[in-house]
Amino acid sequence: MERIYMDYAATTYVDPEVKKEIDSYFTERFGNPGSFNYFGLEAKNAVNDARNRIAKILNADSDEVIFTGSGTESINLAIKGVARALKTKGNHIITQKTEHHAVIDTCKYLESNEGFEVTYLNVDKYGLINLDELKKVINKRTILISIMHANNEIGTVQPIKEIVKIAKKNNVIFHTDACQAAGYLELDVKRLGVDMMTINGSKLYAPKGIGLLYLKKGVPIEPILHGGGQEFGLRSGTENVPGIIGLAKAIEISERIKKTECKRLSKLRDMLINGLQGKIKNVMLNGHTKTRLPNNANLSFLGVEGESLLLHLNEEGICAATGSACTSRNLEASHVLLATGLKTEAAHGSIRFTLGRKTKEEDIKKVIRVMPKMVETLRMLSPIHVD
Amino acid sequence: MGQKLKVVETEKTKEDGNWFYSDVVKDHFFNPRNFLKDKNAVKDYDGYGDVGNVLCGDRMDMWIKVDKKTDKIIECKWLTWGCASAIASTSMLSEMITENSGMKIDDSLKIKPIDIIKRLGNLPKIKYHCSVLGDQALRTAIYDYFKRSKQHNRIKEGVQ
Repeated sequence: MERIYMDYAATTYVDPEVKKEIDSYFTERFGNPGSFNYFGLEAKNAVNDARNRIAKILNADSDEVIFTGSGTESINLAIKGVARALKTKGNHIITQKTEHHAVIDTCKYLESNEGFEVTYLNVDKYGLINLDELKKVINKRTILISIMHANNEIGTVQPIKEIVKIAKKNNVIFHTDACQAAGYLELDVKRLGVDMMTINGSKLYAPKGIGLLYLKKGVPIEPILHGGGQEFGLRSGTENVPGIIGLAKAIEISERIKKTECKRLSKLRDMLINGLQGKIKNVMLNGHTKTRLPNNANLSFLGVEGESLLLHLNEEGICAATGSACTSRNLEASHVLLATGLKTEAAHGSIRFTLGRKTKEEDIKKVIRVMPKMVETLRMLSPIHVD
Repeated sequence: MGQKLKVVETEKTKEDGNWFYSDVVKDHFFNPRNFLKDKNAVKDYDGYGDVGNVLCGDRMDMWIKVDKKTDKIIECKWLTWGCASAIASTSMLSEMITENSGMKIDDSLKIKPIDIIKRLGNLPKIKYHCSVLGDQALRTAIYDYFKRSKQHNRIKEGVQ
């Protein structure tokens, strides 16, 4: 049986073009960019070239691109780094309730260990923040706002440019987690107006273990890793040379095909949502109907528990994800779905399909074909009536 | 289906249990035994019990039929909303009670979650407490039967 992968928001495969470009940096061109010899210079040149290429796409200067080990690390650097650098100026940070745990848990850490105060903005039923609430909570001690561009679970896209305007007017530094947005939305930091932006290779058909932080010149920041002083002193540790080169290549490819992929995937996404809602009763779409990522379909199948449904899907070769408590490490339902006001039961019954470059129309058709029976089976076993 | 992945254990996963299910669990999940097919048939049973709620992510309803002469449970039907281990453990419990012409009520009151887990060929440890609730649903159903059949002396108060 051919397996259908619909978990691209978790991670992507490495694009063959990317793999081809980086292969020799594992074996022949393995030098340490910090070494003063042939191999070192070769590696350093490759890293600089990658930095230049990425900077061009982001419309940034190359020394504004900091390579890290992951999206999580970039987020930690952005939030802890700026908060600590500005702690004499203020101690208030603003974020919102549907952020990735990398943001929320970093903020919580700063709250409980370093005396910072954090406001977690509410979201509406679509997962969008309220700009008036943001304006209201900014105060003289606010030093940082961090709002994701697009949500990893429900795909909701926040109005980043509007948020940036508010941050700028109040002279507050703004960071966005663009890990999920990167392949689909605007990456030009000048047009977005952001001060910091996180991107992650493993969601972008680059290898895992590589991330970057766009850091606008002049933004006060402290490193969180100390050592050899790589990455302008902001991220010590020998550079992940193949990862860096791979990320550059991956961003170039995704920029090149962005328009056509967005169009193609939006169509498949809508086909999936409409197909499932048409064939199965009591299926709710989570997130926004329009302002959502082209590759995200998050649906709650009422009366059914997500892990059970995931196991049925897996048995049919379909690999997706759920916001149910039963697959989370802490046995809690998705904080994102609960923040949008979803009832716990509906959160437990959610399935996230995230599409990508290998997703074909036949895959969508298969999901629509096999799911009604699965849901019917589980509803038959269920003491909860949804009608 | 196609090639099957083997679970690779570490000391930590051996201690905590991993996320994957045994073949017995999968068998009971995909082919559940004794679930209540006809929801109109609930009146034919001698005892009913439920446990859990949707907020926690699991809920079970159970119905039993008792042979008064032998004091054995001859039928055990259930409905479960929850994850695969919740469904499989309820299915397994219903089989344990009704196999070999039924289990004596006094014996079925002694069933503990670990007895069900053992028969399932183990469960991920994180699932032990949240999903194996069948013994509680069964006890509630048996006590309901005691009440209905006026055997109040058999109800042990405070036993959960």
